[in-house]
Amino acid sequence: MAHALGPQAKTLADAGGDTAYGLIGDYDPRIRIVIACIFAAVTVALSTIAALIGAMFVSVGLLLASRLPVRRTLKRMAMMDSFIIFMLVLLPFSMPGETMFTVFGFPASWQGLWKAVEIALTANAVILALMVLVGTLEPVTLGHALHKLRCPELLVHLLMFTIRYIEVLREEYLRLRGAMKIRGFRPGTNWHTYRSFGYLVGMMLVRAIERSERILGAMKCRGFSGRIVLLQSFSMTRRDYMFAAMSCTVCLGLLFLDFL
Amino acid sequence: MHIVDGALSNPVVIGGAVAAAGGIALGLKSLDIDRIPTAGVLSASFFVASLIHVPIGPSSVHLILNGLAGLLLGWAAFPALFVGLLLQAVFFGFGGLTVLGVNTVNIALPAVLTWMIFGRLIARGSPVQGAVWGGVGGAFSIAATTAFVALTLALSGDEFLPAAKLVFFAHIPVMVIEAVLTGFAVLLARKVKPELFPKDASA
Repeated sequence: MAHALGPQAKTLADAGGDTAYGLIGDYDPRIRIVIACIFAAVTVALSTIAALIGAMFVSVGLLLASRLPVRRTLKRMAMMDSFIIFMLVLLPFSMPGETMFTVFGFPASWQGLWKAVEIALTANAVILALMVLVGTLEPVTLGHALHKLRCPELLVHLLMFTIRYIEVLREEYLRLRGAMKIRGFRPGTNWHTYRSFGYLVGMMLVRAIERSERILGAMKCRGFSGRIVLLQSFSMTRRDYMFAAMSCTVCLGLLFLDFL
Repeated sequence: MHIVDGALSNPVVIGGAVAAAGGIALGLKSLDIDRIPTAGVLSASFFVASLIHVPIGPSSVHLILNGLAGLLLGWAAFPALFVGLLLQAVFFGFGGLTVLGVNTVNIALPAVLTWMIFGRLIARGSPVQGAVWGGVGGAFSIAATTAFVALTLALSGDEFLPAAKLVFFAHIPVMVIEAVLTGFAVLLARKVKPELFPKDASA
């Protein structure tokens, strides 16, 4: 995660950049979530390289339409690739099939290579579409939209609490790290470092629990009864329906391309 | 640790989603009004804790701490870790959407197992004894998570077997680090706020 966030960078709320997200930002949050899910399901179902390249084009098209900073978003996507690169590199060698070339006596197969390309295309297309369609929402709006989409209320509350307190706790973490630094702490591979980090985590958790007790007290004082009233309401406009229809057409097109 | 979209076979993805939904439902049931803020704040702190990079030799690993999450949250670790994974996927592009269920089970089920096995042990005896059990629990949860990841990969096809083995062995240093850190975190919590781990924690 810290690859994504330097100490200065803010988390979620303004990690994505500016507020207006071009064409995408205007659509109803609910429809964006639903479309992202449909697109993910369709893309995972695709099995030909041509259709997957088509899906990748759709995602990149969405990225351009959203006016997100292209380079930063693609960099973030590439970070995910660094996690799976080992698996992808291993695939040609572990999958039996026609030999492409041999490294140190291990044959690499064409089938394995295609499988690896398939997985890479699917993963990147889905995650890019998700980041563009849903990641550009305000985190709180995401909670409201999920509530309107009939997610369990408790889960939405938990999500909202988490979103609300990530930034607070991150500031606390940075403050504790600052205090450690000022006392000459430099992390290294040694027992002292591990003990210090362990205490740091323990302290963060103890403080978090105590903070949550204060929060609960304050909420009860204001008449909290286990329900948080979510006020934001959404309305579907004609443009939203057009967008939904267009996206479904594109998904059907991808499925059709897959059958060819 | 994150599995991405497109790698797993459909039965595994669907099975993971169903299991995750069951775990989340159980977890939400265990949350009453008074525990929602606690679970939310803890879920946020585990999200932040995963930002901490611990040096190991020339490289560094980031913490997962799902064992500790289980010890503190019990079944509620399921929804709490699911929320964390959802936010990671949506706002950071880590993991995937259709595999969200599988990833939740792989991380949250070991957390709950850790709580069931070690929950009582860490509350007993001296703080140091508790810390040792906490450390064992921390290592166990990472070992179980990598084993689950390897299993989901292996169930999806034989061609993933080498990758599955690689995942397991590459995480042995992570297990050691998580064990030491979880141990010290439990030690501090036992000394500073002993009521955090109730003695009668029912598993």
